[in-house]
Amino acid sequence: MSDITKQSLSELVENIKSKKLSSSEVTKAFVERSEKSKELNAYITEDYANALNKAKNFDKKPNLDLKLPGIPMAVKDLFCTRDLRTTAGSKILNNFVPTYESTVTQNIWNEGAILIGKLNCDEFAMGSSNETSFFGNVQNPIDQNLVPGGSSGGSSSAVAAQLTPITIGTDTGGSIRQPASFTGTVGLKPTYGSCSRYGIVAFASSLDQAGPMAQNVKDCALLQEVISTYDEKDSTSIDFKRNEYSKELTKDIKGKKIGIPKEYRVDGMSKEIEELWKKGIEYAKDCGAEIIDISLPHTNYALPTYYIVAPAEASSNLARYDGVKYGFRAEGENLIDMYEKTRSEGFGAEVQRRIMIGTYVLSSGYYDAYYLKAQKVRKLIKNDFDEAYKKVDVILTPSTPSSAFKIGEKTNDPVSMYLNDIFTVPVNLAGLPGISIPAGHDAKGYPLGLQIIGKAFDEQNILNIAYAMEEKINFKNNITDWWLK
Amino acid sequence: MSIDLKTIKHISKLSRISVDEKKAEKLAGDLNSIFDFIEKLNELKTDNVEPLTSVAETTLKLRSDEVKSKNLRDQVIKNSPKENEDYFVVPKVIE
Repeated sequence: MSDITKQSLSELVENIKSKKLSSSEVTKAFVERSEKSKELNAYITEDYANALNKAKNFDKKPNLDLKLPGIPMAVKDLFCTRDLRTTAGSKILNNFVPTYESTVTQNIWNEGAILIGKLNCDEFAMGSSNETSFFGNVQNPIDQNLVPGGSSGGSSSAVAAQLTPITIGTDTGGSIRQPASFTGTVGLKPTYGSCSRYGIVAFASSLDQAGPMAQNVKDCALLQEVISTYDEKDSTSIDFKRNEYSKELTKDIKGKKIGIPKEYRVDGMSKEIEELWKKGIEYAKDCGAEIIDISLPHTNYALPTYYIVAPAEASSNLARYDGVKYGFRAEGENLIDMYEKTRSEGFGAEVQRRIMIGTYVLSSGYYDAYYLKAQKVRKLIKNDFDEAYKKVDVILTPSTPSSAFKIGEKTNDPVSMYLNDIFTVPVNLAGLPGISIPAGHDAKGYPLGLQIIGKAFDEQNILNIAYAMEEKINFKNNITDWWLK
Repeated sequence: MSIDLKTIKHISKLSRISVDEKKAEKLAGDLNSIFDFIEKLNELKTDNVEPLTSVAETTLKLRSDEVKSKNLRDQVIKNSPKENEDYFVVPKVIE
């Protein structure tokens, strides 16, 4: 079969289970396409030879009862993978080889999948365009010199370009949903506590969640089913009854109540996004859902809150990179000098900026004015959602305020870069699940996404609504393979 | 509000990140524009609001105090930048 990489995850699983394809054939196809796609810079570390060996071994004694039998998969380089370099897109972890495996990736390998490589991302997941990576920016397969979104930019690029059938990213303020929206793919940020954070390089621990990024909703549901497990190694992992998301997936969403928050009509939102949102509402109605206007009055305060909470937690999490235990070290005249030089040379500009913001808002005399204030506003934002969910089942919004922008367009203005996450950040602050699905194109032909936000632990409902709407939308990605060598 | 160079130097010391003059000036500019944006929160009255520290509304689970991982010394020091069989090595601290 010559069109292996064009198949969805679900198709590949079916073809391997029915022995129409072997794991070796599938793995080879994705490895070959990845090798021809270096121009995209989606990978930080490739593990092709090992992957092909693992596939061969799988085929010798295939266990076809697994959920991801012999499926090759590249993952964001924020997940620790045993014996394979894990960099978090940073110079400071350039030579770090974990001696343990993250729970989420372990769950994936336990179901038979095979690691083919580690995907590029913004440094420590801090960015919205993948331009803060020490390993260079990533190309969006949609068009040349277009950002793939961030921070899971290597992941979104790799799925859209079919270098991997599916992947995982992490989402602290939109890092799965925004890149999915920019590349015409599907990205799910699960409820906080749904997927274990064990073995994921930490950015902001009260917000970070891992989640699937896929070509379609069904694939996304299948991977969510695999990665969402209770884990005692993560003290914030939550023990709740998890659905078999892909089996319980249904397009019957008749009578579901969908909320439309008026505060998401932000100043300067483009006509195209407004139109997309209206179309989304029509699609939802066509599926039999009921549309209800709601209010989330503190929406405008979400980004300022996020830019206190996330850097504060980051400054604390990143204190561990000191050149002593692992990672890059710069020599210094004494211990303090060594710390300061290591961190100054090892971290990039955006990470240093956020550590400084975080250190400042936590420092003596400013804690109450900033950090405590932000935690209180965070409560108000969560209360808004709690109120809204008394009236509706899910909330429908655009995923981003614009389509993908050009590389370099926003790098000199941090605040304009941060505004990219205006529709996704409130969801992280409230710990809710959200999914971005491709829903249309702008005038330039770039993809645009819609976001469906659910109640806590109600991934099934947002997956169902996404599944039903996906059929109505019938989105097609315009990908020309311009980068292939 | 305005963050001056002296404050930047102070934060850089607390952050253990060395900055030269040029970098300090760039950071002051960036941080000021970011804090202008953050100041928006002061529009809200929050005197009687409980701060939200965790969205996971569960109490932490207790577990028995058992050793589960053993003999990890080699793994723990494997990625150390300065190799020594038994220790992490740092520049001399005591003269």
